[in-house]
Amino acid sequence: MAKILAVDDSVSMRGMVAFTLRGAGHEVAEAENGQLALDVARGSSFDLVLADVNMPVMDGIAMVRELRAMDAYKGVPILMLTTESHTEKKMEGKAAGATGWLVKPFDPEQLLATVKRVLG
Amino acid sequence: MSAVDLTQFHKTFFEESREGLDAMEAALLALDSGATDRELVHTIFRAAHSIKGGAATFGFADVAAFTHVAESLLEEVRSERRAVDSGLIEVLLRSVDCMRAMLERSSQGRPVADAESEALRVELVQLVSGEVVAPAVAAASLVAPVSGWNIAFTALPHLLQTGNDPLRLFRELQQLGRLEVVRAFVTDSAPAQLAELDPSQCHLGWELRLHGAVARGDVDAVFDWLDGDCELTITPMVDAAAADAVPQTSDVPVPPAASASRPIRETATASSEGSSIRVGIDKVDALINMMGELVITQSMLSDIGEKFELSQLGRLRDGLVQLERATRELQESVMRIRMLPIASVFNRFPRLVHDLERKLDKRVRLELHGEHTELDKTVLEKIGDPLVHLVRNAIDHGLESPAQRKAAGKPETGTLKLNAYHEGGNIVVQISDDGAGLNHAAIVAKAQQRGLVAAGQELSDAEVAELIFQPGFSTAAQATDLSGRGVGMDVVRRNVRDLGGSVGVRSASGKGSTFTITLPLTLAIIDGLVTAVGSERYIVPLTSIVESLRLRADAVRKIAGGGEVFHFRDEYLPIMRLHRAFACSDAVTDIERGIVVVIEEDGRRVGLLVDDLLGQQQAVVKSLEAHYRRVQGISGATILSDGSVALIVDVGGVVRLGQQRKAA
Repeated sequence: MAKILAVDDSVSMRGMVAFTLRGAGHEVAEAENGQLALDVARGSSFDLVLADVNMPVMDGIAMVRELRAMDAYKGVPILMLTTESHTEKKMEGKAAGATGWLVKPFDPEQLLATVKRVLG
Repeated sequence: MSAVDLTQFHKTFFEESREGLDAMEAALLALDSGATDRELVHTIFRAAHSIKGGAATFGFADVAAFTHVAESLLEEVRSERRAVDSGLIEVLLRSVDCMRAMLERSSQGRPVADAESEALRVELVQLVSGEVVAPAVAAASLVAPVSGWNIAFTALPHLLQTGNDPLRLFRELQQLGRLEVVRAFVTDSAPAQLAELDPSQCHLGWELRLHGAVARGDVDAVFDWLDGDCELTITPMVDAAAADAVPQTSDVPVPPAASASRPIRETATASSEGSSIRVGIDKVDALINMMGELVITQSMLSDIGEKFELSQLGRLRDGLVQLERATRELQESVMRIRMLPIASVFNRFPRLVHDLERKLDKRVRLELHGEHTELDKTVLEKIGDPLVHLVRNAIDHGLESPAQRKAAGKPETGTLKLNAYHEGGNIVVQISDDGAGLNHAAIVAKAQQRGLVAAGQELSDAEVAELIFQPGFSTAAQATDLSGRGVGMDVVRRNVRDLGGSVGVRSASGKGSTFTITLPLTLAIIDGLVTAVGSERYIVPLTSIVESLRLRADAVRKIAGGGEVFHFRDEYLPIMRLHRAFACSDAVTDIERGIVVVIEEDGRRVGLLVDDLLGQQQAVVKSLEAHYRRVQGISGATILSDGSVALIVDVGGVVRLGQQRKAA
């Protein structure tokens, strides 16, 4: 099973994501904003990063940009969790280096299906 | 159907949403008072965004739908397509109220959307330029009548760097139907020399055929993350004409049914059941620390007890002193857990003041001091309404209009100050304004008109100020709802008294008024006088005792109806024989042999006849209702140091009972 970093400032969303992934047997680390996620990412390695877009301190897009600048995270899949279904934000995330996105709202099954899709 | 139970996250969602709305409101108010910080706009947007995302995830569709529109409006502000003006802030503040009410209803499992929320949603939709509420028809549901798709897919060199992998795409396509690779090729972007090949770059392209009645939406979904990372053309294999005729979605967004025909005002139901409390880690650490000391003391005492010799008396005494200290400190630590900062109540006021300024056409600067002062949670929950009333009164009656202030040589903007601090064993909350002060002439005139004072009666300043707290002074008819307007100060005083506190006012003509509320630190412990009535013990709260005295038989007069009164400081007080009221058999019935304890509530006094006074004790109040049932004249029970149970006298109830008898 994979090691996944879940980044979201919302405790309930992060809780739901982590709970679902752990239930599926994954190892999950949590961070509540981009800055803290970078600290966690530096100290460990992950197979997948799931990140909210809108967060205080450092948003998800800036975080992706920083992660992609790190050698260890050049090819690691990063999915943005976003409610913004319009193209603009997705493209901004893409331009920063995100692999893809999962549009909120999603239910646990959708989350697991998407994670499976990325991890193969 | 979800295999994971999401309801466990609902409470967290409601809590963080409430916090988000508070942050939104505070930021909106800051913007309204002229702040231009971009971060405020981001804060507001983020809060709405999180609520929308959470609401949708946890199945609160109406909340999500409403918040979506509000968020769209905020997005225009964030991207600077819309300017912030007071009109916009008003509508957003109303939206915050609406979301708060919707969440409240959601958390209670009640229907969420009502006529009010729907009207506001429509108003927001109209504000958002070109807003089209997306029809909830997923593209995937449009199954095209095709036998398969031709897919031309050419990766751009950076595709791998986004964490995407062509192999993954093929695996996904295979799950949709039979995948046939017609051709794979190397693109022109590939370097001429193998040595120059960068493994992180992709220079490949494919022509694929996907066989089967696969929906276009499903194929698109496989490639949805690759926009900008590849060149892609997808064409239907056959039946092209039919596939083109994909029905246009002409669904008009249907507003959620207005499930409640009349707007309902929400009052937060303060159910203590299942309510949680956030405790700072330092408080928990203090508790654990005290617990540790208690355990050490206990083991030391049991050590002494096991092989006790008289020579160890000194150690025993030391141990007991330690035990007493540890117990007291543990008690304080536990009490502190229930203490919350008054900020949660104070934070309501910027909004209230903002609304009142507009409504009453006044200018007010609000100053908050001592927000971190901590109060017992129960007191905190109940002090909000009286404070709201005092603030409303201060702005409505205390502060003058800008024109009047100018004429009086004051700044046009009035100042309203809220201050909370500890004083002795009490919490003091002050509400002061720099307005006109109490209008003595008007108060006296009104009091005379209502028959509270006789015409021509001379009154001191303090007596005049006291008049506004008299029942019947207010213009409003008997009302207990503090959230309504026009409710009397007597209700404020009663609510504060119910919390074991007091309220008073000081005023200086032309300079302003200060209302001072004094509250006990906690409702869970009272200082009481232990009295004996027969074999029973009754505790009288110390704060309500005026005096205790022994009466001579000839000082007592019988009145019509069998009641007894006695003369005490210029008035006749009814005597309440506790043994009779609570049916105690073996009690002292001869007044000369018993003791009369004079208690006071709301300025009314009653003498309680008891056998004897046994001493003063701190009593931990236990609810009688929770263990037995409500008993008239009794507010609770406590356990005495000898292990027996004593009942606590409900002073208000007993005084009312006594006064009724006197009147009868």
